[in-house]
Amino acid sequence: MRSRILQHVLILLLTALFGGLLGATLVRLAPGFGVDEQEYDSRLSRESIQALRQAHADEKNLLHFYSGYLLGLARGELGASHSLNRPVAELFRERFPVTFRSVLLGCLGSWVLGFGLALPGVLRRCWGYDLFASALSGFFLCLPSAAVALLFLYFRGPASVAVTLVLFPRIFRYARNLLGETFDRPHVLTARAKGLGDARIFAWHVLPEAAPQLLALLGVSLNLAFAAAIPIEVICDSPGVGQLAWQAALGRDLPLLVNLTVLIALITVTANSLTDLASRSLVRQPA
Amino acid sequence: MRIMRRIALGILIGVFLVSLVAELVAPGLYAVQFRDAPNAPGSREHLLGTDELGRDLLARLLAGTQVSLLLAPAAAFLATLIAALVGGVAGYLGGWWERLCLGAVDLFLSLPWLFLLLTARAMLPLDVSAWPSVLITFVLLGCLGWAASARIVCAGARALRYSDYILLARANGCSETRIALRHVLPNLKPILLAQFLISIPVFVLAEANLGALGLGVSEPFPSWGGMLRGLENYSATLANPWKVAPLALLLVVTSCFQMIFPQEGLT
Repeated sequence: MRSRILQHVLILLLTALFGGLLGATLVRLAPGFGVDEQEYDSRLSRESIQALRQAHADEKNLLHFYSGYLLGLARGELGASHSLNRPVAELFRERFPVTFRSVLLGCLGSWVLGFGLALPGVLRRCWGYDLFASALSGFFLCLPSAAVALLFLYFRGPASVAVTLVLFPRIFRYARNLLGETFDRPHVLTARAKGLGDARIFAWHVLPEAAPQLLALLGVSLNLAFAAAIPIEVICDSPGVGQLAWQAALGRDLPLLVNLTVLIALITVTANSLTDLASRSLVRQPA
Repeated sequence: MRIMRRIALGILIGVFLVSLVAELVAPGLYAVQFRDAPNAPGSREHLLGTDELGRDLLARLLAGTQVSLLLAPAAAFLATLIAALVGGVAGYLGGWWERLCLGAVDLFLSLPWLFLLLTARAMLPLDVSAWPSVLITFVLLGCLGWAASARIVCAGARALRYSDYILLARANGCSETRIALRHVLPNLKPILLAQFLISIPVFVLAEANLGALGLGVSEPFPSWGGMLRGLENYSATLANPWKVAPLALLLVVTSCFQMIFPQEGLT
C-alpha cells in the first residue's frame, strides 16, 4: 500500500512538472511572446524601448524561462493574468468556489440520477423501463454540453443541474452494464435462489463486488464534470473557472490558461489517485 | 436491432448526400446576406428562414453539415493514426517502451481535454480565415483526441506480441519490420476501425462545443457549433423555431452514430 501511495505521489509530481513544462513551452512559443505594448508608445525614446526589450531578454532563453517558471510554481507564485491584469492566484480564489460547487453538486446529482435509473432496470429486468431509461440517457448523451447549457440559459436553471444532465448518461450506462454483469454472477444467483431480498443482495453481494469500478468511475466523472463546466459556465454566465478559461482563450492569456489546466489536472489526478487507493483497499485479498 | 442500425446508416448517408448535392447546386450561398430579411421566419425563398445577418439558414445548415461530416472523420483518422503509432509501438515492443508510452497516455488523459483544447487553440491565431480555421479546429481535435484509443490499441498489440503465429514468424527469421507490417498491423485493423468509427461522433460533439464558444470554425463558414451560437437569442429563436434545426440535425446524426456503434459514453 505504501509503495502504491508513493507511486501516486510520483504521478502527481510528474503531472505538475509535465504540465508546467508544457505550459512554459506554450507560453514561450506563442506568437507575440516578449513583446511589450509599451514599445508602441511613440513618446518613448530608442533607449527606453531598448531597455524594455532587455527586460524581456532573459525570458527568451528557454532553459532560463523553464527554471524561472517552475521555481515560481514551486513557491506558489502563479504569475499575473495579462488580459484581466490581476494575479492568477487571486482570480483562482475568487472563481474556484463557484466551479467547485457546481461540479460537486453536478457529480452528486448525476450519480443519484444515473444510479437511480440503472438500479430498477437491473433489478426488475423490464424491457419497457430499460428502453425508456436508455432513450433518455441516449438523448442527453448525443447533446453537446453547449446545447444543454442553452436550455438552462432559456429557463434560468442552475449550472450544477446542467452538469448533472451532461454527466448522468455516462454514469447510467456504465452503472447499468456493471450492475447487470454483477447481478448475473453465480454467487448472486445462488443468493437469490436461497431467498435473499433484493436490498440485501445489492448491499452485501453486488455493491462490494462493483465498488472498485464504481470508485474509478467517480474519479473519471470529476474530470468530465470540469470539462462540461466550460461551455455551461460560458453560456449560463456563471463566474467560475470554466468561464475564466474561455476568457483567457479569447484574450490569448496563456499564463492564466496554462495555470488553470495544470491546477485542474492536479485536482483530477488527485481524485483519481484517491479513488484508486480506496478501490484497492476494498478489493478482497485471496486467503 | 439490425433494422434500426440499417435505418440509422441510411439516415446518415442521406444527410451526407443531401449536404453534398446542395453545395454543388448553389455553392457559396451560405455566405450571401439578404439584408432586407434579417431574422426572417421560414418562407418560399428561405425555407428555414434567415439568421440575424440575413443569411439563408438552410444553405448554412447544409454547408455546416458538410464540414462536420467530412472533417470529423478526418480528425478521427488522424487521432487513430497517432493512437496506432503510440499504442502499437507500446504494445508490440513492451518493456520500457510500453511503460513510457502508457505513462505519456496517462498524463495526457489526466489533463482535461477541453481545457487542453482551449489552451492549444489560444496559442494559434484566432483571426484566421475560414478554411484555415476549419483545418486548425479538426487537426487540433485529432492531435489531442488519440490518448484513449492508444490505450486500447496497446492492449491489442500486447496480445498479438505473445501470439503463436508471431512467435512462429520470428522463429522463421522474419524481420521485425516485416512482422509489424505483414502480421501485426493487419490484425490490429478491426480495433483501429472500431476506434476510428467511435471517435467520429466524439469529434462532432467536441467541434459543436468549441464552435458554441466561438473557438471553432471562423465566420462566414458555417458549422453546427457556430450555428448553436445563434440560439443564444431566446426571442429570435421563439420568433423562428426553425433556428433549432442545426441542433436537431446534430442530435439525429449523433444518435444514428450511437445506434450504429453503441458505446459507454461520448466525451
